Amino acid sequence: MPMIRCENVTKTYSKQDRPALDSVTLEVAKGEFVFLVGQSGSGKSTFLRLILREEKVTSGRMYVAGKDLSTLSQWKVPEFRRGIGTVFQDYRLLPNKTVSENVAFAMQIVGAAPKEIAREVPEVLELVGLDDYGHRMPAELSGGEQQRVAIARAFINKPQILIADEPTGNLDPTMSVGIMKLLDRINRTGTTVVMATHDDKIVDQMRKRVIELENGIVVRDQVRGIYGYSG
Amino acid sequence: MRAGFVTKEVLNGLRRNITLTIAVVITVAISLSLLGVGLLANSQVRVMKDYWYDKIEVSIFLCGQLSDSPTCSGGPVTSEQRAQIESDLKALPIVANVYYESQAEAFIRFKERFKGTALVDNVTADQLPESYRVKLKDPKQFAIVQSAFSGRPGIDSVQDQRTILDKFFKLLGVLRDGALAIGLISVLTAALLISNTLRIAAFNRRRETGVMRLVGASNFSIQLPFLLEGLISAIIGWGIATGILSALKSLVDARVAPLLTFTNFFGWADVWNASLLLLLTGLVVSAIASFLTLRKYLKV
Ligand SMILES: Nc1ncnc2c1ncn2[C@@H]1O[C@H](COP(=O)(O)OP(=O)(O)O)[C@@H](O)[C@H]1O
Ligand SMILES: [Mg+2]
Repeated sequence: MPMIRCENVTKTYSKQDRPALDSVTLEVAKGEFVFLVGQSGSGKSTFLRLILREEKVTSGRMYVAGKDLSTLSQWKVPEFRRGIGTVFQDYRLLPNKTVSENVAFAMQIVGAAPKEIAREVPEVLELVGLDDYGHRMPAELSGGEQQRVAIARAFINKPQILIADEPTGNLDPTMSVGIMKLLDRINRTGTTVVMATHDDKIVDQMRKRVIELENGIVVRDQVRGIYGYSG
Repeated sequence: MRAGFVTKEVLNGLRRNITLTIAVVITVAISLSLLGVGLLANSQVRVMKDYWYDKIEVSIFLCGQLSDSPTCSGGPVTSEQRAQIESDLKALPIVANVYYESQAEAFIRFKERFKGTALVDNVTADQLPESYRVKLKDPKQFAIVQSAFSGRPGIDSVQDQRTILDKFFKLLGVLRDGALAIGLISVLTAALLISNTLRIAAFNRRRETGVMRLVGASNFSIQLPFLLEGLISAIIGWGIATGILSALKSLVDARVAPLLTFTNFFGWADVWNASLLLLLTGLVVSAIASFLTLRKYLKV
């Protein structure tokens, strides 16, 4: 059973005539690392939102982590999302909470015991290389460090899938490399990673599977791809 | 989510929205107080009715020299007629007690009432009617006495003091209904303010709620802090309203009751009953306003 499986998935937003995703069929196996590339507006974020069940498919079928999303009832969506970690270009940290509190938040939401939280938060902060940053506020961190906090939060509940939408979009190249190394490490723990990006250098370096979208259509699906066509 | 975590989030929320929280508390306090005044007005009308209706009586005036109603065409009441009326009255089960007022007693009362006026000198005892003063077990059953005795030979007229009181209480009833209506309208205002406040709170905290959604918080746990904030504001407002009503009660006891000795006043039990009803109103209104608002503004 693949971790993600799409069968003729089409998504047309209301009041739009052109679909944002057009008849996409693909599979992502457990433990895979997939780059989603394509120009702005090609449908990358839409695809990730469908995986998260933030949006519903217009037609076609979508299976994520063993669940058929077209039949998943609304009240089961929160539980489903607990199995997916998310990272965004804008970090989405809570500015009035410390680094530790931001990471702990994800555990508190799912009702984890305070003891467990106190044990796991420092571990994850160590994993992302922010051992001594627990008491700092997000505003006191660089962009790269903030993104590490976001990754720690996404990872702390040990999700099966990690979704990253342009996680390096706001970062300079050296910071980006650090973030990619971190995502690679998380992927090595068995977590499936799907990352949308249009950072060609990163894609070329990592040599992972590349799925390219153009106007909502999959125009390329390469096992060890690079950003542009390899010819 | 754990209770400790929820408590912290709720307190944070109340603090971050402190001006709006205060506005909600004050509005709830005022509107519940107004509604409470309406409820106490209702109690007061009831107390006055009990007090007055307990005192009123039905008067059966017997034919005298000056009576000119058709039933008195046979002249003043005879002693047989009087004896029959009295025994019939006492036989009625709805009658609590009967008091006979002779012409001499009527004259004494008359003199007292019109003391110092020319009337007193021009009236003699035998011009005044003798009467039975009847107290009913239930003052509302006047009609039975009326139908049994009016039109009977020897009886001039049957009068019920209730008809006068009824007009008075109708007026009081209008005032009470007005007070209740104002109270209800202001409670509605409070509901709208709570709804609006929660909408602003939901907007201010869209970052948090967005993150909560992303990490898989349930709808309920996203809405709970907001709901609790609304309820806590309502409870604080209710506490103030109860304080205001208690102060009102103390004021009535200390300042008004000594001046107005012709009636009783609502008791502390009425204040506590009203307060309980206000608590229920506050909680229900706040919960409904929150539920409707949050359902709209905090979707998963
Ligand atoms: N919420 C939305 N409502 C309507 N149209 C949308 C919405 N989100 C995205 N779109 C449209 O769908 C297409 C794909 O957008 P998106 O998935 O954000 O692309 P990408 O992430 O690759 O830039 C674009 O044409 C965009 O304008
Ligand atoms: Mg995008």
